[in-house]
Amino acid sequence: MSKKQVFEGVKVAEFAWVAVGPQIGRTLAEHGATVVRIESHRRPDLLRLASPAKDFKPGIDRSAFFAMLNPNKYGISLDVSKPKGREIAKKLIKWADIVTESFAPGTMKRLGLDYEEAKKIKPDIIYVSTCMQGQYGPHAAHGAYGDQLAALSGFPALVGRPDGEPEMPPLAYTDWIGPWYVVTALIGALLRRRKTGRGMYLEQSQYEAGVAFLAQGILDYTVNGRIMNRMANRDPYAAPHGVYPCKGEDRWCAIAVFTDEEWKAFCEVIGNPAWTKGAKFATLPGRKQNEDELDRLIAEWTVNYTAEELMTLMQAKGIPAGVVYTIGDVFNCPQMKHRQHFVYLDHPVIERHAYHNEASRFSKTPQDFYKAAPCLGEDNEYVYKEVLGLSDDEIAEMLVEGVITTDADLPVGEASW
Amino acid sequence: MENLNSQKEGLLSSYRLLDLSNERGFYCGKILGDFGADVIKIEPPGGDPARNIGPFYKDITHPEKSLYWFALNTSKRGITLNIETAEGRELFKRLVETADIVIESFDPGYMDSLGLGYPALEEINPGIIMTSVTPFGLTGPYADYKASDIVTWAMAGFMSTCGEQSEPPYRVSIPQSYLQGSLHAAMGSMIALYHREVTGEGQHVDTSIQEANFFFTEEAMPVWDLWKYNWQRDGPGASLPRPNIGPLWMRLLWPCKDGYVNIFLVGGAQKGLVNSSTALVKMANKEGMAENLRGYNWATHDASQISQEERSQIEEAVIAFLRTKTKQELYEAALEEEIVLAPLNTVKEIMESPQLAAREYFVEVQHPELGDTITYPGAPVKLSEVPWRINRRAPLIGEHNEGIYEKELGLTKEELSRLKVAKAI
Repeated sequence: MSKKQVFEGVKVAEFAWVAVGPQIGRTLAEHGATVVRIESHRRPDLLRLASPAKDFKPGIDRSAFFAMLNPNKYGISLDVSKPKGREIAKKLIKWADIVTESFAPGTMKRLGLDYEEAKKIKPDIIYVSTCMQGQYGPHAAHGAYGDQLAALSGFPALVGRPDGEPEMPPLAYTDWIGPWYVVTALIGALLRRRKTGRGMYLEQSQYEAGVAFLAQGILDYTVNGRIMNRMANRDPYAAPHGVYPCKGEDRWCAIAVFTDEEWKAFCEVIGNPAWTKGAKFATLPGRKQNEDELDRLIAEWTVNYTAEELMTLMQAKGIPAGVVYTIGDVFNCPQMKHRQHFVYLDHPVIERHAYHNEASRFSKTPQDFYKAAPCLGEDNEYVYKEVLGLSDDEIAEMLVEGVITTDADLPVGEASW
Repeated sequence: MENLNSQKEGLLSSYRLLDLSNERGFYCGKILGDFGADVIKIEPPGGDPARNIGPFYKDITHPEKSLYWFALNTSKRGITLNIETAEGRELFKRLVETADIVIESFDPGYMDSLGLGYPALEEINPGIIMTSVTPFGLTGPYADYKASDIVTWAMAGFMSTCGEQSEPPYRVSIPQSYLQGSLHAAMGSMIALYHREVTGEGQHVDTSIQEANFFFTEEAMPVWDLWKYNWQRDGPGASLPRPNIGPLWMRLLWPCKDGYVNIFLVGGAQKGLVNSSTALVKMANKEGMAENLRGYNWATHDASQISQEERSQIEEAVIAFLRTKTKQELYEAALEEEIVLAPLNTVKEIMESPQLAAREYFVEVQHPELGDTITYPGAPVKLSEVPWRINRRAPLIGEHNEGIYEKELGLTKEELSRLKVAKAI
């Protein structure tokens, strides 16, 4: 770490768990913030037992999914359901600039660690709550995950054929929308605190963040009474537009032709076959009217090429085209390699494995990855002794009383889901 | 610097953004503008071509009636400027003097070719932050590749997981990839802004839309990293790869009487999930259904071990029950019994959500020239000290030319006319 990091000296007490919350802390940690994760063996983070596990054996420190969300962070094990645990949690809040939590609404309040209580300990605290549907409202208490939220937010209704079933954008789609808004606002809050000395409460409903990505659909409904439907891979302003089958098993290339110039170039690439001459396909309206036929004719040509060949041929003539990458393709993508998107860190249990870089690069303050995700309680000694200044005796007592949890406190049966 | 926003102070109201973006970057300026920044949208004379993208207000195709433009350009004032003319560039440079952030999404190298690259802007204003959002980044083997939403979506890896194995992969019909890229550009701009406030030093932020969208792949990334297994299109479920004993397909989108619901029907070590699945089965049992699951101990449901056959039997029993209930009935039961279940909503159902209503999520924005008020999505995160607010509707073409050029830069009406004729504005 040769350059000064943007958030060096910024301290985060991360009570947040699963995906969205830790993603917030991750972005700050990559730019030098000191992020302490507060976890408990008694109620391990759901993701610690999620696939993929090292050597297919699930275990508290073996999940690469958990790990990828938590590089550069310190991890402690603490039972905040015990009074002494809450006392320690409050010490951390006093130490921190930022607190993050992503539990069901009311959880932190019951623990006496909500924003109102945190303000008493640290008046200028910046406190982040993020959960599925927000802290209040008739559905606020409903516990669910990103997958359910993607459905609630309407995304599957917009994926697939108009005459077919709705398709899942899989995994937890809205988990990857919410956190970035929080980081954006959080930095604003930090800036404001520098000027005013005042903290802030940031409260997010991931549902609300997800719906923001449907903006045109919302307006179309309220103005025109229209419920936007899925349209496979079509686009009102382009034809051809979609993915075309290529040589090999389940290989596709996305091609998008918007302008007349692109259409002319496209015809050249495919060898100016007879079917492209004549009025039928010469204009966009004509191609839209005969789109099924257009797609069929193009597919007859594309199946003779690999997706990579197609992309190269099209791009050489200035036509937007891209391989429908598998995950493995992304790992091998020369552009992603150039961007150094994959950062490899050595984890004590998982060993060397891949973490995401960010989507942005900074000319003067590059992000830095220097620590793999913490094992549960890995940094107990550092945080309790160095950061909080607790004595050896106090720490020993906390261990004896189970305030500091250990593997012995893990729930019976580490079955994954 | 006079802040011409007529509203109260926002989170970012002491900052000014010059927004040169096209479709790839519209959303970035909106995000920061809704948080209070003074955003100046700079369009080519005659308006941005994206104003021809629908849907349109009452289906009237017109550059001042594009709902797409409205949705992505709130909280921005608008000026016209042609940076391809020398005079246009000089005006831009003058604006840079007092700006904090410049957002652009042109093809890599374009700004440099005009003498408006980061080094040039830094010389004018050492604290300037320039954020460039492009399909693949500013440099690299694919930096000059032509892209559109479906291309960046495809090359971000997530598309390969969307849909059914027996069909082509799909994108979301409301284009997503530029929104995600813009959101990361907004976040990156803020990181640079913080550094600027602490040190006085600006910098160049280079955001890749491809990378931004790759995060959607979530656990599929480490799954490939550890197991070299490509996440498949799983239709209405998820295939858990288990390289030792073969994958397990678990349903996520379940048909019910009048549509679909998403349910996580699992168990294992997570008490919440165990309780949820138990409650759902109890509901079914009460109506004499899913009898084969009566008393099933969900804590022993181990997705890493259970056979596909056993899993499918569980699912069939549950589907039979779900088909007798509507989305609404199931959601109400889920709220009552803490079942991890949510309905697949259409836009209409989202608009009618009692939860979003209680949260006052949707906001009404005046469009005086339409004689109408339009409903917009609201805050992606609520703030305590300062309001998130759609400060104004998206700008009309050149709406604030007078305000910026005359009142701020001190140009006379004659100069403005001359510049218009010279096509610089």
